[in-house]
Amino acid sequence: MPRRNDIAKILVIGSGPIVIGQSAEFDYSGTQACKALKAEGYEVVLVNSNPASIMTDPEFADRTYVEPLTLSYLEEIIRVEAEMMEGRSGAFAVLPTVGGQTALNLAVDLADSGVLEKYGVELIGAKLEAIKKAEDRLLFKDAMAKIGLDMPKSQLVNSVSDGLAFAGKIGFPVVIRPSFTLGGSGGGIAYNREELTDILSRGLDLSPVHECLIEESVLGWKEYELEVMRDLNDNVIIICSIENFDPMGVHTGDSITVAPAQTLTDREYQVMRDAAIACIREIGVETGGSNVQFAVNPHNGRMIIIEMNPRVSRSSALASKATGFPIAKIAARLAVGYTLNEIQNDITKATPACFEPTIDYVVTKIPKWQFEKFPGGDDVLGPQMKSVGEVMAIGRTFKESMMKAIRSLETGKKATAADIEPRRLTQRLVTPHPDRLAYVRYAFEKGMTVREVARMTGMDPWFLNQIKQVTDEIKAVGAVGKGISAEDLRAAKRMGISDERIAAEWGLKSANEVRELRAKLGIHPVYKLVDTCAAEFESYTPYLYSCYDEEDEQAPTARKKIIILGSGPNRIGQGIEFDYCCCHAAFALREDGFETIMVNCNPETVSTDYDTSDRLYFEPLTLEDVLAVYEHEAGAGAEPSAKKNEIGMIVQFGGQTPLNLALPLKAAGVPIIGTSPESIDLAEDRKRFGKLIEELKIPQPEGAMATSVEEALAGANRVGYPVLVRPSYVLGGRAMVIAYDDQEVVRYMSTAIEYSQERPVLIDHFLESAIECDVDALCDGQDVVIAGIMQHIEEAGIHSGDSSCVLPAVDLSDDVLKTIREYTRKLAMSLNVIGLVNIQFAIQRGKVFVIEVNPRASRTVPYVSKATGVPLAKIGSRLMTGQRLKALLPEYVESGNDLDTGAHYFVKSPVFPWGKFQGTDTVLGPEMKSTGEVMGVADNFGEAFAKAQIAAGQRLPVKGTIFMSVNDLDKESVASLARTFVEMGFHIVATHGTAEVLESAGLQPERVYKVKEGRPNVVDLIKGDRIQLIVNTPHGQDTFFDEKAIRRAAVTARIPTITTLAAARAAAEGIAALQQGRLSVYALQALHASREAALA
Amino acid sequence: MRAIQAMLALEDGRVFRGRGFGARAEAAGEVVFNTSLTGYQEIFTDPSYAGQIVVLTNPHIGNYGTTPSDAEASRPYIEGLVTREFSPISSNWRSTEVADDYLERAGVPVIAEVDTRAVVRHLRTHGVMRGVIASGENLDADALVAKARSIRKMDGTDLASVVTTKTIYQWDANEPRNQTGDTLLPADDAAAAEPMHVVAYDFGIKQNILRMLARENCRVTVVPATTPAEEALKLNPDGVFFSNGPGDPEPLEYAIETVQKLKGQKPLFGICLGHQIFGLALGGKTYKLKFGHHGGNHPILNHETGKVEITAQNHNFNVDPESLPADVERTHTNLNDQTLAGLKHKTDPMFSVQYHPEASPGPHDSHYLFRDFRKMMEEWKK
Ligand SMILES: Nc1ncnc2c1ncn2[C@@H]1O[C@H](COP(=O)(O)OP(=O)(O)O)[C@@H](O)[C@H]1O
Ligand SMILES: Nc1ncnc2c1ncn2[C@@H]1O[C@H](COP(=O)(O)OP(=O)(O)O)[C@@H](O)[C@H]1O
Ligand SMILES: [Mg+2]
Ligand SMILES: [Mg+2]
Repeated sequence: MPRRNDIAKILVIGSGPIVIGQSAEFDYSGTQACKALKAEGYEVVLVNSNPASIMTDPEFADRTYVEPLTLSYLEEIIRVEAEMMEGRSGAFAVLPTVGGQTALNLAVDLADSGVLEKYGVELIGAKLEAIKKAEDRLLFKDAMAKIGLDMPKSQLVNSVSDGLAFAGKIGFPVVIRPSFTLGGSGGGIAYNREELTDILSRGLDLSPVHECLIEESVLGWKEYELEVMRDLNDNVIIICSIENFDPMGVHTGDSITVAPAQTLTDREYQVMRDAAIACIREIGVETGGSNVQFAVNPHNGRMIIIEMNPRVSRSSALASKATGFPIAKIAARLAVGYTLNEIQNDITKATPACFEPTIDYVVTKIPKWQFEKFPGGDDVLGPQMKSVGEVMAIGRTFKESMMKAIRSLETGKKATAADIEPRRLTQRLVTPHPDRLAYVRYAFEKGMTVREVARMTGMDPWFLNQIKQVTDEIKAVGAVGKGISAEDLRAAKRMGISDERIAAEWGLKSANEVRELRAKLGIHPVYKLVDTCAAEFESYTPYLYSCYDEEDEQAPTARKKIIILGSGPNRIGQGIEFDYCCCHAAFALREDGFETIMVNCNPETVSTDYDTSDRLYFEPLTLEDVLAVYEHEAGAGAEPSAKKNEIGMIVQFGGQTPLNLALPLKAAGVPIIGTSPESIDLAEDRKRFGKLIEELKIPQPEGAMATSVEEALAGANRVGYPVLVRPSYVLGGRAMVIAYDDQEVVRYMSTAIEYSQERPVLIDHFLESAIECDVDALCDGQDVVIAGIMQHIEEAGIHSGDSSCVLPAVDLSDDVLKTIREYTRKLAMSLNVIGLVNIQFAIQRGKVFVIEVNPRASRTVPYVSKATGVPLAKIGSRLMTGQRLKALLPEYVESGNDLDTGAHYFVKSPVFPWGKFQGTDTVLGPEMKSTGEVMGVADNFGEAFAKAQIAAGQRLPVKGTIFMSVNDLDKESVASLARTFVEMGFHIVATHGTAEVLESAGLQPERVYKVKEGRPNVVDLIKGDRIQLIVNTPHGQDTFFDEKAIRRAAVTARIPTITTLAAARAAAEGIAALQQGRLSVYALQALHASREAALA
Repeated sequence: MRAIQAMLALEDGRVFRGRGFGARAEAAGEVVFNTSLTGYQEIFTDPSYAGQIVVLTNPHIGNYGTTPSDAEASRPYIEGLVTREFSPISSNWRSTEVADDYLERAGVPVIAEVDTRAVVRHLRTHGVMRGVIASGENLDADALVAKARSIRKMDGTDLASVVTTKTIYQWDANEPRNQTGDTLLPADDAAAAEPMHVVAYDFGIKQNILRMLARENCRVTVVPATTPAEEALKLNPDGVFFSNGPGDPEPLEYAIETVQKLKGQKPLFGICLGHQIFGLALGGKTYKLKFGHHGGNHPILNHETGKVEITAQNHNFNVDPESLPADVERTHTNLNDQTLAGLKHKTDPMFSVQYHPEASPGPHDSHYLFRDFRKMMEEWKK
């Protein structure tokens, strides 16, 4: 069946902000889907609240709505879009299967609420019945029973008592799974009644339908996933099999996973394949990709089905990268009527997409966790996903891919015996935990047997034996020493052991010596292709990975080339914003005729899509691996002319990861284009940077550096309390605290972090109640164009990544703006920025201070690009190749104006993972905690802010009761705020301190006890649903626990909590807008067009 | 500290170095590659591989060990194995023997730690060729290449009569290891229907074919490749089956003649070599593919249903569709290269497929063909 011509317009629903369980993989799938549908000539409309995503770039859809992903906003968009179609022929369809659980749930809401019917919109990809059958655990159970597939004993419950009763029947442990939550939010394993009561009540609360499944535990079984595709002609194929290294009990998103499956016989595998096919047919997913999960009892082969996701998923992104088969792209084309045999395999060209990829390498995925950012959060891994990102590595063998994956994590020595606590060995092996793999390796180093480790971890002995082979090899190599034979060194490299590790074994200071030895012995990696077919057919897409086998398959071309270093695994502080920038560099430079070469190891991203750049190297971002890529591209083995090739490398766009490599790369002779590594280093180097801005006469908070407690105290007192203390060279404000006195400084220095001569602790005077703003600018060494001055809603002290901000600035005086522009220009020029620069300022009592300068792409680049309609990263990369702002943005160089945002306000708000880390405090500070961001746009600030909050999942109330408790600093200004709320019809509840202030201002707040004072106290009120909004600014140490309890209760009760007065004021404006019941939606393309018109 | 040196030498002079496992013996044969991800034991024991050295593209072989019930014949038939990694241990509840010991017992040498992808790319560009695996210290590459050149070519050789059963025997379906053990096959309603008697010509038959026929409630009598048609008819079967097997179909005149005699007399079903024999018997021609089809992921279009089945394949020769007379209908096509994958006679009850509906290893998508054969026999009986 060919393309459906009856459809004219397709609405693609994105997955919203990056949250744990829904990350960049849906930007990848959504982008692919939009590209594919546009290429098919459909009118593509996209809705996604996430401005950092690539899919929301204007060029990927005909109309792009960066709007909240809620039923009401979607209905409005559908109404508007349907209206535009009047009088035109062709149907309107919605594709909900590429936007994760969010899109799927929205599709269900749209259908159930009758919106689809009302506007005559058809669901394509997955029909309502299929979605419900797969997502509703009870329907799913019946369906599987019908086709004779085994499942764990289970029962759906809507109350804790029913849960306890059923658990009593089947016995503990039991697994609790809330219905319709993503990444298993609220799920868990209970070993006794107390745990069950606790987890179940939370799970019921998180489930949109207040329902949980209580399930027989199959802990310790082998876990598998199959990626299945089906077309309208009922052709079904398996794209990839994935085996979990961690057995059942650890969420697949938190498991180390391996493709293809390694320990199944053909009989077992084919039975699983048949089951997956039967499943997708029975559930009735007519077209597209689905993910089916199985558990297999290692002792008798009993196979049960765990779940199926009727949509593309994290695993299908992984499977696409692992096989070279673009699942989302094909799924989109199947959704519009094509059958698999009508679609060509991009990679082989000759053969159809209707086949099952086979691979001649091994792929390993390792998740990245950041528990260190959430003290108090439980770091035991379970059925609920907690990782923030992942890395993937490709090797010819499991050993090689695992070792490459480990070093892709950028945890440095962590993966070795370094910070192992021997006493905890057993516990660490038995209890799933982020460092379990490190403990497994340590166990073998300590001489434990495969059988012992298998018994404790439930991991398959085959995997463990492989790991043991590596640890033995490392020992052996260490024993031989530098005199090692070429043959043996090659054997070690073939196991994926890094130069760094070998250097460590040999007691060498740097890996360079090992690299030189390799060069001498002629041992260097070769590059092989990912081609979907194990080399049976010729491949036309240069998607490469390194290994130490014999044959290199891809000589460099003689073209001008630019290598772009990606940003590695997603993590807090370094998210898809950087992938966005890398992709844009690739797009722009390809347009300009360069051969673009991407290096990255993150399977979730668009940058690792084989057609984003001309060549993709799926490699770890370490000096060893990046240099190898460079040497390969610089012409090793190529025709001699290649040596003379013009080649440049971009390190500016991938966040801190490539920046950390900049200097060593340059030292090794790699031509880095754009801002020089020296400038980058200078900006990071306190002493030299301090000198620079002194010369420039730009104020900066007093600062000091310390490598000892004494120095720290001296420094702190010199710059004056409060002080901000932190380690050097970190992104996202890792381990940053505000200290008010000597004790706090001492505590920090002695417990918080490790520091050294080359990595001292940084101490700054902390600017209290100062307004912070972020500035992004472009510079070509001659001219500077200011892209945007973003005013933060929260004051300085809340990490820029965690603070909401608005573009254009709403209440900065012209003088301040003028000063900011002047400083920005000075800094950009004197740092010799070629490309992008991001500067953070703090304005205290009208005086502008520089907080930091990042001579690189920043987190805000995509947001500013979307607000202004100017593709900053593209321009930035062009500047690096020698183009001029005069040519690229003449009118702005002329006028000296900031990029225009027209008549609208664009508010960016962060999204936090509190729900995933029970027990951690939700207060904001200088250390970044948000995983993602959303954008709200409107023609007035209040509404824009409200939309951003709604998009971020903060349910701003339009009526009801507001609880207020503020610290002494805020007491002066709290009254006017409270009055505003009262005038808007809210009832105020306050703790006595705040209440007194309000009363003296003539208000009558209801008084309430603090937690320690007595009852009923605030927390009782929150739990009793008496409160709709919380305004609580932190008081500091003493009342700390009281507030923590309040904020925790609020998270559980899903009540919006505001921790700064600035944000509260913004909220007031937002609520006012909501009270007017306004509901506006804007397509970016329309906004940009109207601005163009205005300019002309 | 490492296993002994080993070498794979090809007739065109290309040599690959690796490490020796399995039997410490020399192997010679036609070098082919198979891209299946699972089922190495089934591949080892598939008699169609007689005379061939097999390169497996899945880099990890031996992971789950071996077990008698996964064997497709009483012993391994591959001449030698080339792989990237050969597991020193086996990990699977069904495993009874480590693959290394299994092949050593069977006298099959293994060369591991080879850049198998390079081998495959070489064969892909230059076509299948003869080769030799040898292991031991100071191997002489030139001597081995010379040896590779001296091996008898497969083309024109009758290998079927070498691997076929020497005696007639009944397939014992009650023997546990003779059952598919596949719980998810469609409910076995054939059991109810009346039993059928099938005479199966063994040119190197895979046991899963026999298992599948038995599942269709057929009593199977397996006969030697050279059994004359008259002999087969004396057993008065309800249908006659022609199996897969090694090598070139052309030299098998006796089999071609048998098919010609039985054509129209009894329902006939052929798989792989059997299919090629049908092609020749019906007046068609066969030719050799550049590097054959060996794997478990080949898409086959069924012209009747318009649907695609993912199939297991293992053949170097193919029937030329152009050469077939008008009374033969093309039923299946390989979508990778548009080659003929299945045929049936327009008037006489006979059909055959180039691929392996019995799978093992491979997808089960084509199991339905055994049911079709049963139906054909039922029709014919009326
Ligand atoms: N019955 C069970 N016993 C033990 N672990 C289980 C069971 N069911 C699920 N799990 C674990 O919980 C994880 C999440 O379950 P799953 O059904 O996949 O939910 P999600 O929709 O979050 O992916 C699985 O990956 C598996 O490791
Ligand atoms: N001297 C200071 N006074 C007040 N707030 C500060 C000061 N220095 C940093 N901050 C706050 O800490 C946050 C993180 O500091 P920053 O230097 O930007 O680190 P990062 O490299 O993580 O962005 C800033 O966004 C700002 O809110
Ligand atoms: Mg799951
Ligand atoms: Mg910052």
